[in-house]
Amino acid sequence: MPARAVSINLCTDQLAMLLAAPGQLASVSRISLDPHVSPMAEEAARYHNNAGRAEEVHALRPDVVLAGTYSSRETVALLRRLGIEVVQFDIVDSLDDVSAQIAQMGAALGREARAAQVIAEFEAGLADLRADLNALHGEHPRAALYYANGYTSGDASLAGEILATAGLHNAPAEAGYDWGILPLEMLAMIDPDVMITARRYPGGSRAEEILDHPVVGAMRGQTGRGALTDHDWVCGTPFVLRAIGDMVAARRALGSDG
Amino acid sequence: MTRLTAVLGAGVALLFAASLLTGPAEIGVGDSLSALLLGGDTPAAMVMREIRLPRALLALMIGGSLGLAGAAMQGYLRNSLADPGLIGVSGSAALGAVLSIQTGVAGAVAFSLPAFALGGALIGVFAVLALAGPRGTSLTLILAGIAISALAGALTSLVLNLSPNPFAANEIVFWMMGSLADRSMVHVGIAIPFIAIGAFMLARLARGLDALTLGEDAAAAMGISLRSLRLTLVFGTAAVVGASTAVAGAIGFVGLVVPHILRPFVGARPGALLWASALGGAIMLLAADIAVRLILPERDLKLGVLTAIVGAPLFLHLIYRTRREGL
Repeated sequence: MPARAVSINLCTDQLAMLLAAPGQLASVSRISLDPHVSPMAEEAARYHNNAGRAEEVHALRPDVVLAGTYSSRETVALLRRLGIEVVQFDIVDSLDDVSAQIAQMGAALGREARAAQVIAEFEAGLADLRADLNALHGEHPRAALYYANGYTSGDASLAGEILATAGLHNAPAEAGYDWGILPLEMLAMIDPDVMITARRYPGGSRAEEILDHPVVGAMRGQTGRGALTDHDWVCGTPFVLRAIGDMVAARRALGSDG
Repeated sequence: MTRLTAVLGAGVALLFAASLLTGPAEIGVGDSLSALLLGGDTPAAMVMREIRLPRALLALMIGGSLGLAGAAMQGYLRNSLADPGLIGVSGSAALGAVLSIQTGVAGAVAFSLPAFALGGALIGVFAVLALAGPRGTSLTLILAGIAISALAGALTSLVLNLSPNPFAANEIVFWMMGSLADRSMVHVGIAIPFIAIGAFMLARLARGLDALTLGEDAAAAMGISLRSLRLTLVFGTAAVVGASTAVAGAIGFVGLVVPHILRPFVGARPGALLWASALGGAIMLLAADIAVRLILPERDLKLGVLTAIVGAPLFLHLIYRTRREGL
């Protein structure tokens, strides 16, 4: 079991905080302090926080560094050249990958027993949600994910799986917009039953101003059921259960409206 | 002159209609028009009235503003290189707009976004005119413009980089290059009063600018007050460019290209060139905004990219000619 681990990626931060033995995790990334993307912002504040630069990571003298596959290539290469073991974790784009990734983190930290326990809890939670959903009859509403700059997510993404598990259709994906920009015009034409938008950041931006557009407002208002994505949607961690639960609640609310 | 107006007017009408019919939602011409005119609760009506109509209106207003402002500045400075984008007025307006958004004033106080942009534009125009002097040569005017543009651009980038919003820093390109994507009637509403007032002020310059072609003494003898001419020009330009930039970012070269092309058709009378350039500017921006949607339908290609591709070679040509004429 490595005595000192340092995590430099938002998603590995969360898995490491969930699994590490007391005192084993020396530092997590600074991004984990941002409650917009990090469901464990409060916990992250109790750790040392790094900016993911090779020099500061090296100075922490870690036995193992936990990184994402999209972490800076240069940083990872440099750390390996300095003789530090770096374990990279893939982007999670399905619920099955969540359990696999928890197991991978358990192995990297030498905490296999704790990982097995977290996986069991996650899978039990997922089974409960699915049983709950089977009892939920009626239409499968058509949802649209709509983020800053007019981006949407297709089915082959964690967000897509969250929708599918909750029994919502991913309407833009069905119209052929798999990943990337969904033109505002097409959003109006698709006319979804549920609009799922992201929580706003402080300070203004034109990217998020699109969410104030009268068309987006009309979609939300007409359905009366806007829903929000938040930090639970970002990483493949057990927190996605909360995201699915929120979507089931949105679907129930829509159903009770008739 | 009337024939030119008719031709330009027809061009504006045609392109305005084409702009309304351009977009990824494939709605037939008949359906588009009935959705636009009759409205209703259909998706097509929402696309036509809330997305395409404001976009076409903004291209019309902003193109007209930039053409008009370019013609007015060129007439006043008697210098065909004067364009609100090139001499830093648009850049200063963008800085004002970004400041109002990032300080939160824009969200709290109605019309503060165009007002801040107008303030920025005013500072920009005054600074350039002060640096270049009332009878500034092309060289001093362009140098002053480069300096003001660079400073305004750097400060705009700084403000956006300091923003707590992670998306803001990526929007430097919007403020420098301009776009009409996903604007709404709200934007039309905040820009229109400023553009109307500014255009009215600039239109009143026609007689003064014509007189100025005879020289300042002759103009003064004809009862033109150079001081009030200058103030009207500065405020009118700041109002139209400020409001335009506040909603669409800085779009360059329209005010350079359009007066240049139309000047021969109006017998080199700067007064007549004003309205012709307003129509010509609307044509240029409507065409550019249709082109960005046809070239890359699902990405937001910036308008300033196209106007610069057209405008920059002309600018180089004008510089070359200026050099040959010995500044």
